[in-house]
Amino acid sequence: MARRVAVVVFPGTNCELDVARAISSLGAHTESVFHLEDSLGSAEAVIIPGGFAHGDYLRTGALAQFSPIMESVSAFAAAGGPVLGICNGFQILTETGLLPGALQKNAGLKFLCASVGLSVASNRSVLTRTTTVGDQLQIPINHFEGNYICDRETLAQMKANDQIVLRYTDNPNGSLDDIAGVSNEAGNVVGLMPHPERASAEILGSVDGLVLLESFLAPL
Amino acid sequence: MKFLARVEVGHQPGILDPQGVTVQRALPALGYENVSEVKIGKSIRLVIEATSESDAREQIEKMCEHLLTNPVIETYEISLVELTGDAAENSAGE
Repeated sequence: MARRVAVVVFPGTNCELDVARAISSLGAHTESVFHLEDSLGSAEAVIIPGGFAHGDYLRTGALAQFSPIMESVSAFAAAGGPVLGICNGFQILTETGLLPGALQKNAGLKFLCASVGLSVASNRSVLTRTTTVGDQLQIPINHFEGNYICDRETLAQMKANDQIVLRYTDNPNGSLDDIAGVSNEAGNVVGLMPHPERASAEILGSVDGLVLLESFLAPL
Repeated sequence: MKFLARVEVGHQPGILDPQGVTVQRALPALGYENVSEVKIGKSIRLVIEATSESDAREQIEKMCEHLLTNPVIETYEISLVELTGDAAENSAGE
């Protein structure tokens, strides 16, 4: 199991403590890494949590790619290290070019805060490798820009490479092909709009998020 | 040479423009029933030093591809005006 997990914190990130708590509950150690740092230290896995990095100025996730730490995150990803982007972290990974596509404003033009049903679409990714395709999960979303989009060619490529990781069972935001989460071609970089850390204890109404986080921490 | 550049950022076809939609819905309340296709984008203004207009344009295109816009969801249009004399001195433009 990955014992040391780096949680990247930008100005405006606000889910880092929830993520750390959920990861700790699974027995791993987390360390916050501020965006101005240039090293991930001895981390065996990296999580970019949700929030509003750099105030979401210009576009959600757009400015984070120029924070010094992102060079290390990109190198870590290129070396096959597990990287997870949650919500704003997903937006950052698409803007950085580590994941295909983009997140546009929700169809219906409303900020959405709700528990949604998800279906595992691929278990080739680090986030789902201990699950079975078709597994159903209940995990909250909390976003205005979660409507996944990419061009037709990219979608065909992602399907061919089995990069669509999670789908909504009842599409809440207009995402193309019901996409809730995608991976890179190798499967070691994953982004998703739902917040697994908010479904990590009975008192929160669901522990389904732990299924994904456990998979993320499982040995490669 | 100094140029005042204006980058008009719009939406790729099929990308939602909630501000445009909302404003379009509001205009009939003012009596304007004759308005359609309201689009709201971004306008980015900058002053750039370059060796020529094409050099300036090329540099700004790179900025657009890498930061100013997201080509997956946005379009851009660049217009350039050379700044001369006082305008170039204080870069105030306009």
